[in-house]
Amino acid sequence: MLIMAFRIALRALARNKLRSFLTMLGIIIGVGAVIAMVAIGEGAKKRVQEQIASLGTNLLVILPGTVTLGGARTGFGGRQSLLPSDAKAIMDEIPIVSGASPVLRQVQQVIVGDQNWSTQVQGVAPEFQQIREWQVEEGRFISQADVESTAKVALIGQTVAYNLFGDNDPVGAIIRIKKIPFRVIGILGAKGQSGNGTDQDDVVMIPYTTMMKLVMGVTYIQQIIVAAVSADTTQEANNQIASLLRQRHKLRQGADDDFMIRNLSDIAEAASNSATVMAVLLGSIASVSLLVGGIGIMNIMLVSVTERTREIGIRMAVGARSRDIMLQFIVEAIVMAASGGIIGILLGIGSSSLIKYLAELPTLIRPDIIAISFLVSGTVGIFFGFYPARKASQLDPIDALRYE
Amino acid sequence: MASEMLEHHNPPAPSRDSDLGFDRRAEVIQIRDLHKTYKMGDIEVQALRGINITIRRGEFIAVTGSSGSGKSTFMNILGCLDRPTSGAYFLEGQDVSRLSSNEWAHIRNRKIGFVFQGFNLLHRTSAVENVELPMMYNGFQSKDRRQRALAVLKLVGLEERSHHLPNQLSGGQQQRVAIARALVNRPSLILADEPTGNLDTKTSVEIMELFQNLNEKEGITIVLVTHEPDIAAHAKRQIVFRDGMIISDTRKN
Repeated sequence: MLIMAFRIALRALARNKLRSFLTMLGIIIGVGAVIAMVAIGEGAKKRVQEQIASLGTNLLVILPGTVTLGGARTGFGGRQSLLPSDAKAIMDEIPIVSGASPVLRQVQQVIVGDQNWSTQVQGVAPEFQQIREWQVEEGRFISQADVESTAKVALIGQTVAYNLFGDNDPVGAIIRIKKIPFRVIGILGAKGQSGNGTDQDDVVMIPYTTMMKLVMGVTYIQQIIVAAVSADTTQEANNQIASLLRQRHKLRQGADDDFMIRNLSDIAEAASNSATVMAVLLGSIASVSLLVGGIGIMNIMLVSVTERTREIGIRMAVGARSRDIMLQFIVEAIVMAASGGIIGILLGIGSSSLIKYLAELPTLIRPDIIAISFLVSGTVGIFFGFYPARKASQLDPIDALRYE
Repeated sequence: MASEMLEHHNPPAPSRDSDLGFDRRAEVIQIRDLHKTYKMGDIEVQALRGINITIRRGEFIAVTGSSGSGKSTFMNILGCLDRPTSGAYFLEGQDVSRLSSNEWAHIRNRKIGFVFQGFNLLHRTSAVENVELPMMYNGFQSKDRRQRALAVLKLVGLEERSHHLPNQLSGGQQQRVAIARALVNRPSLILADEPTGNLDTKTSVEIMELFQNLNEKEGITIVLVTHEPDIAAHAKRQIVFRDGMIISDTRKN
């Protein structure tokens, strides 16, 4: 019975292919847009998650200053509230912290002979290596002795090594930073690009004490990077660090923190959530066009029913019941909507691949969204086809046969 | 007398001869005291005022009368498209005037074949597909639909144009397709409403000869409405309507 209705509907749709196609167009575009938008959103989410994952989820970053109303902090060095002793205290007094290192950063020219290279110079402690899981390819990392003696030693990253030394071995060579000679004690292993596209290998690391005293001339530090013993203990470490620092900085109850602790896994989750929100938002906007497509179907079907009044009369005269007419028109609507859905899905997949290729935006097709879109388009067909189908089935055959 | 007949009448179920699929009962149609009244605003129009008629199997009847005589209303009721206000219509012994719309649809599908003045074929649909149309609503799927449709097209002389579309066929050919469609489900009765109205004289004669052929050779019962006397002359019995009543009922010898 249903197969017969299906066959009748298909024949009827084939009779006017252009009109059937134009009716489907709303659904095609709607579904295609939903698929493509969600793919873009999912791609963004995945990329963010990958970036954050590469940084490690047991890391905390402590910055000076506080969050103002607008969410902006008062700037690096705006409040000179972090001290090297803070880092040491964190490491000594909190067992679930596996390591803490002060960090200072500044862009400087590094000179070797007549070659120079502008790079980021970072002042770090020995713990930095373990915290960031950064291998040393040759030579050794900064030692506690280097820190205590404000030694003029440096490790250079792969990019710096290549640009200043080419194929020559840089270990033991002298490089100049701000006219101060530094002896290269090692080459860092490759790290590649960071999440926001910067070259992590374009770096020179020196002891933080040397950075503070000889390069920057400051007594405070810009950051403390902390590793918790595991991802699970990170939040607890966060809390303990906060109370320790409040104590050390002699902050009263109720006063704002003069520091900020950034938990990378919170950032990861927040970024992931906002990417999800974006995907949902884009998907919802695109869904509106599905609704419009459905209205288009209803509109065209109403016109179609009026135009085919005679035909409906003929069908009734040769024995079609109300139910047969209703079923025929609903199936026509469903077939149009579902076919539109399939074409839209193909279009959505095609355009998200195209976007990936041309705009170099990451896109990720979600099979569940495809299935949902297909079901939704079928439902749109049923819902928007219902009223015209009912109108058709309620025609009086005598009037219908007389219709001009 | 008539009302007593209606109260006690208990028609047996019609039997179907499986060979030809045609019911062999003698009386196809019995109409007793049929009335039809329309309300048009405040005015009541009495379209039929007490029609009594019996039509037997194999008859070829022409129904004539001017517009407003009630003949179209009569045909609509005969065709189970309209309900009488009072009176009885027995089709093969079954009182069909009291049936539901769905049951009517079933009767229109199996027992009645319509032929219209304007042919009423589906556009952009081939002749054979048009003839298959009633079989699509049969309630049972037949794989031999195509075969049966082609056989009936052969009967009306159009087997070579079975795949032509209506706009590729002449008026006479289209009407033949319509006749084939009307025959395809082996109806008890063919109802034709001015079937030659849109055809030229020569083609009209051809179509009437086809009807005569079907009536004489295949024994198909035909009721045909026309306002042209020379068309009516092809039939064996002529019924004349006026002002909602039958004023004359004559048979040819």
